[in-house]
Amino acid sequence: MRRLGFLLTFAGIVAAWQGLVSVTGVAPYILPGPLAVGRALVLHAGALLGHAATTAAEIALGLGLGTGLGFASAVAIGYLRPARRWLMPLLVVSQAVPVFAIAPLLVLWLGYGMVSKVAMATLIIYFPIATSFIDGLRRTEPGWLDLARTMTAGRPGAAWACFRHIRIHAGLPALASGVRLGAAIAPIGAIIGEWVGSNAGLGYLMLHANARMKVDLMFAALAVLAVLAVALFVAVDATCRRLLHWLPEGLPTEARTDWEEQR
Amino acid sequence: MPAVGIRVVGATLTYRGDIVFRDLAVDFDPGLTSCLLGPSGVGKSSLLRMIAGLAPSGGRVMGSDGGPLAGRIAYMDQRDLLLPWLRVIDNVTLGSRLRGTRADRPAARALLERVGLQGNAADYPRTLSGGMRQRVALARTLMEDRPVVLMDEPFSALDALTRLRLQDLSAELLAGRTVVMVTHDPFEALRLADRIYVLSGRPAELGEALLIPNYPPRDPTAGGLAALHHELLDRLKAADAGSEPERRPAARRHAAGAP
Repeated sequence: MRRLGFLLTFAGIVAAWQGLVSVTGVAPYILPGPLAVGRALVLHAGALLGHAATTAAEIALGLGLGTGLGFASAVAIGYLRPARRWLMPLLVVSQAVPVFAIAPLLVLWLGYGMVSKVAMATLIIYFPIATSFIDGLRRTEPGWLDLARTMTAGRPGAAWACFRHIRIHAGLPALASGVRLGAAIAPIGAIIGEWVGSNAGLGYLMLHANARMKVDLMFAALAVLAVLAVALFVAVDATCRRLLHWLPEGLPTEARTDWEEQR
Repeated sequence: MPAVGIRVVGATLTYRGDIVFRDLAVDFDPGLTSCLLGPSGVGKSSLLRMIAGLAPSGGRVMGSDGGPLAGRIAYMDQRDLLLPWLRVIDNVTLGSRLRGTRADRPAARALLERVGLQGNAADYPRTLSGGMRQRVALARTLMEDRPVVLMDEPFSALDALTRLRLQDLSAELLAGRTVVMVTHDPFEALRLADRIYVLSGRPAELGEALLIPNYPPRDPTAGGLAALHHELLDRLKAADAGSEPERRPAARRHAAGAP
């Protein structure tokens, strides 16, 4: 039922788009109709797929790296008090400087290839992932820690054992929220990187098509990108939910409420 | 496992400038169950947390043999405190996981069987009812196999029938250990305790222990206990009249999160 509703809305928008183009007779290099875009999709399917694969790889690598780095920083900041003093400002600064502003630098340093785009995607998602996990690590049920303290009292390594076996697990739902957010914004990093300088990827294809007035191809690339981004988010969300199957009912994780409430 | 009692000497606790207790001394006899009663906010849980090493004691807490209590205590809260990401069996063996030692899973299974949950070892806590979860918590407490067991209102979140069953079960399984149980329920205290203490006043003081004959669990409606019940209620009324409601601090640290 929900899926049908979505399809109807989508079909309505496409029909309205085609109607607008037919009625106004707007030039195809300003706004191509959905039929033209569909034709471009079929005509350039090979090129689109190739560039999409590049962009998808950049996004996936960026998401993996950003998650790893965010996880590691949060663990360091959550466990070691000195690290909090040294790393926290760095974390804030990493977000204060817009990634858009340093994109040309990254391309200059890391080249036109995939590395600079992966770096861009990593940078853009690092902060939300690290901060949500830090929050999660801090908000551990105090009763669990008390229990763990009586169980490990008088033993060396007790603090780390409590952190590893309790705080980290307790923080995972928060980390999952961060990763979901990361999955939603990682494509931005990759596309910006491709715009600034590249020779492959959907962002590159869009710029290239735009310069040659092939606006239908540009729209086709945009459609592929949208499908890619949505598929990534749905996959990440499903993975997070599978890994956190133990969450008690009614304990909200953002995406769970968002998706379930529509049923 | 030799029984070890608890000796508290000169315990002092200040909470937000209010002296909760000062120079408190008490001996909990080895192998017996002692219940702590008193008006809410009087410091029962604080005393328990102090013995558990979870709050600074400002005095000395030790075993009746003079040794430290760290590592000889198992703690059970009114909330089950099960870790939701661990299966029931892994929650029961949490202690060895935290200490990095091998978990004795057959022993854990045997304990689960004693609390009637042998079929739930592989379940996650979210699938269990409140009573089942508290039974898992009891199994986890017993799995620690410590001579001293501290319980903070362990059954207060349960419905009456489940509470009765769990009281019987824990009396049976905890026999021979030194148990200190905080409770607000005189009925529960009479069922389970060998000694009942009423904590009252500010700074709080422990009255003389009420000695309860026979082995727990008892039937508090049985003839001999009626007189003790009256005596206990009188003491509680006196303790309640002696406390000043508007100055009672929220001594329980997690009171807000308690169900």
